[in-house]
Amino acid sequence: MEYTPSGKLKMSTYIMILVGIVALALGFVNDHTEHHNAFWANLLLNGFFFMTISLAATFFIAVQYAAEAAWAVVFKRIFEALMAFLPYGGIIVTIVLAMNSAGVAHMYHWMDPEVMDPNSEHYDALIAMKKPYLNQVFFWIRTVIYLAGWIYFARYFRKKSLEEDQIGGESFFWQNRTMSAIFLVFFGFSEMFAVWDWVMSIDVHWHSNLYHWYLFATMWLAFIALSLLITYYLKGKGHLKEVNDSHLHDLGKWLFAVGLLWAYFFYAQFLLIWYADMPEETVYFKLRIKEYGGLFFGTALFNFFVPFWVLMSRDAKRNPVFVVPVAILLFISHFLTYWLVFLPSATGGHDHLSFTDIGVFIGFLGAFLLVTFNALAKAPLVVKNHPYLEESKHLHI
Amino acid sequence: MHQEASIREPLILGEKTYKDITDDVIRPIEGKASKLWYIFFTVAVITALYGIGQILYLLGTGVGVWGLNKTINWAWDITNFVWWVGIGHAGTLISAVLLLFRQKWRMAINRSAEAMTIFAVFMAGIFPMIHMGRIWMAYWVLPLPNQFGPLWVNFNSPLLWDVFAISTYLSVSLVFWYIGLIPDFATIRDRLKKPLPKHIYSVLSFGWSGSAKQWQRFEEVSLVLAGLATPLVFSVHSIVSMDFATSVVPGWHSTVFPPYFVAGAVFSGFAMVQNLVIVMRKVMHLENYITIKHVEYMNIVVIVVGGIVTVAYLAEFIMAWYSGNPYEDFIYLSWDAARGPYGWAFWSLIIFNNLIPQLYWIKKIRRNLYWTFLISIGINIGMWFERFDIIVLCLNRDYLPSSWTMFYPTATDIGIYVGTLGIFSTFFLLFTRYFPVLAFNEVKTILKSSGEQYKKQHQDNH
Repeated sequence: MEYTPSGKLKMSTYIMILVGIVALALGFVNDHTEHHNAFWANLLLNGFFFMTISLAATFFIAVQYAAEAAWAVVFKRIFEALMAFLPYGGIIVTIVLAMNSAGVAHMYHWMDPEVMDPNSEHYDALIAMKKPYLNQVFFWIRTVIYLAGWIYFARYFRKKSLEEDQIGGESFFWQNRTMSAIFLVFFGFSEMFAVWDWVMSIDVHWHSNLYHWYLFATMWLAFIALSLLITYYLKGKGHLKEVNDSHLHDLGKWLFAVGLLWAYFFYAQFLLIWYADMPEETVYFKLRIKEYGGLFFGTALFNFFVPFWVLMSRDAKRNPVFVVPVAILLFISHFLTYWLVFLPSATGGHDHLSFTDIGVFIGFLGAFLLVTFNALAKAPLVVKNHPYLEESKHLHI
Repeated sequence: MHQEASIREPLILGEKTYKDITDDVIRPIEGKASKLWYIFFTVAVITALYGIGQILYLLGTGVGVWGLNKTINWAWDITNFVWWVGIGHAGTLISAVLLLFRQKWRMAINRSAEAMTIFAVFMAGIFPMIHMGRIWMAYWVLPLPNQFGPLWVNFNSPLLWDVFAISTYLSVSLVFWYIGLIPDFATIRDRLKKPLPKHIYSVLSFGWSGSAKQWQRFEEVSLVLAGLATPLVFSVHSIVSMDFATSVVPGWHSTVFPPYFVAGAVFSGFAMVQNLVIVMRKVMHLENYITIKHVEYMNIVVIVVGGIVTVAYLAEFIMAWYSGNPYEDFIYLSWDAARGPYGWAFWSLIIFNNLIPQLYWIKKIRRNLYWTFLISIGINIGMWFERFDIIVLCLNRDYLPSSWTMFYPTATDIGIYVGTLGIFSTFFLLFTRYFPVLAFNEVKTILKSSGEQYKKQHQDNH
């Protein structure tokens, strides 16, 4: 069954994008931080946030293949469509990084040649010793490897899935399965280095080994929330008749599980740094608690307690009245935790959450949805010829 | 109606009926034990007795009989503790997490994995208790109201959190395991003829009648316990890791420790399950239930968690350097460790944990029982070295080079460790002798969807 997004949906995404462009322009004008760092950090935040949702979609598809999981096969086209934004997000991230490399933006302190120069008054021995890793050439080689690798695998999974529809047979399934295993290895390393390079090196003196796990949980959760919302949306429009309560229940479980996984990572990182109380580590949380205390603790508590209490029961996970608002709210609150990851570090705490930040987020969301729904329209909503298709249709829990 | 994809390999081989399944699992309990079992059991009991003797010697003499010194004041004791707790992880992961993920292959191995978990946690518990020196005061770790004056536990100490975490874990695992056993005990009760054994199994089965209502409650309570046990899979080893990570010792203080320890624990736990199950399926003729596919599934889990551990090692290694802290240059994952006096321990860790398990990428090897058995032993050695390295290698390079020293285990160190292996094996052998080693009533539920002949029939009909 083919799917075409309604005119209303497309119009809404265009309006959202327009809002985003206006907000971006206003944000640039109103940005009083040094070198417009708040503007650039906002762009990186949104590019990274939405790109990594697509990355999480790729990861999740690979996990489904590697684990021989059947439950999600009937609506895996939604996961595939959610991968589509990966190159666009990659372009945004690349632009911001290039602006930093060119010296237009100054988010990465280590990119300033003076801090590496022992004769300069800005020399910083602790940054200079990191030069074998943090230098522009190596940084860009790594960046190209992550982005090219992720996009390659995402396109591969999609291509084989479409060919399976056309030609049939088990071979496409096995090809995707093998590539999934390879991708998961690549992802395990690349996600870690990408977070170190693009995010952690903004606070170049600070490091936490759990940081990339912590960001990973948010990617995953935002992806699950969006898949759940799109599935409910399409079902509401009369599509995806094969998707039953059990599938939706499973998506609700994932939202619950990954929400708690995030809480676990947050807590592990925060507790250990708070307990050991070493100044070089606590500096990260000190800034956030001092300048953004309400937002910091508010989002953390929200991210844990809302899924924990609301989605605990089986009935709630099957009821859109509960699960849909929770998915929307968690999506927003996890975006805010990402805001707290990027903006305070890039501006040294001199920028606060404003309406233009929200506008930029809306614009990116519009672009993301436009790309995703266009990708959904390019292929039938339910796969054909997948060896687990019948098992998935008969899911009953 | 559940419909299994035809490309999935069957989980029960051969032409089995429901009765065959019962017979195959209960036969070893009804009959006499084999000669092989007696040989294993004798060796295990002798080793256990030797270990108990060493423990009594330690209690009578004092903790000084271990090789600890001023710089390395924690070594084999805590290494063995963490090692055993880690092994105790796979059972709950298999029974709880795989239940939530609806992995049907877990039914063939969950019973023995849970038994292993419980015995492993017992072994782990021995070490902190004997480390106290005065074991008769062990109950002081509990926050009991008392008349000793201001004596009270320190709630700020991760060692106390350990007491709570591990005792909770043990309780839930025990309840989970026992509830699963009830229907199987009832089947044994119904089959036995001799009055005394029949009476014993009758008491153990709590009057189970097998009515639909009982089964419904059984499934409900299994799900609830799985829900309770899943956070425990994370919490136990996270809290064990905090024994180290909350400190400011270089190498110990790392935020990744909690999830990294959990992954490592699952890694060693599955390796130990492989070692036990591969022998068990052969000796007890359970090849049709614990198939090569089961072994392969477990090996895939081993690749995944082993991969997580490998990525974490790399992160530790790079971050130690990246931090710019000179003391971090001497932690367990650093160039100094690789070249220093404990280089052999460092390389054992890398070879056994990171390099050798990569052989599982080859399908023939991960489906081969001999390879699997050997690699699993290797992983358990590697995971023992991981804990040894974290503890001893981070301590032996003290802040002052004048305090740098080595740790040499004494005969008591070795004796107690080997002894716990003996006690553990004794328990496990008794388990295989008197307990149904497969959850056969659960296995029956997948016969018609995953049994070989039913799958064939189903395919022929289409």
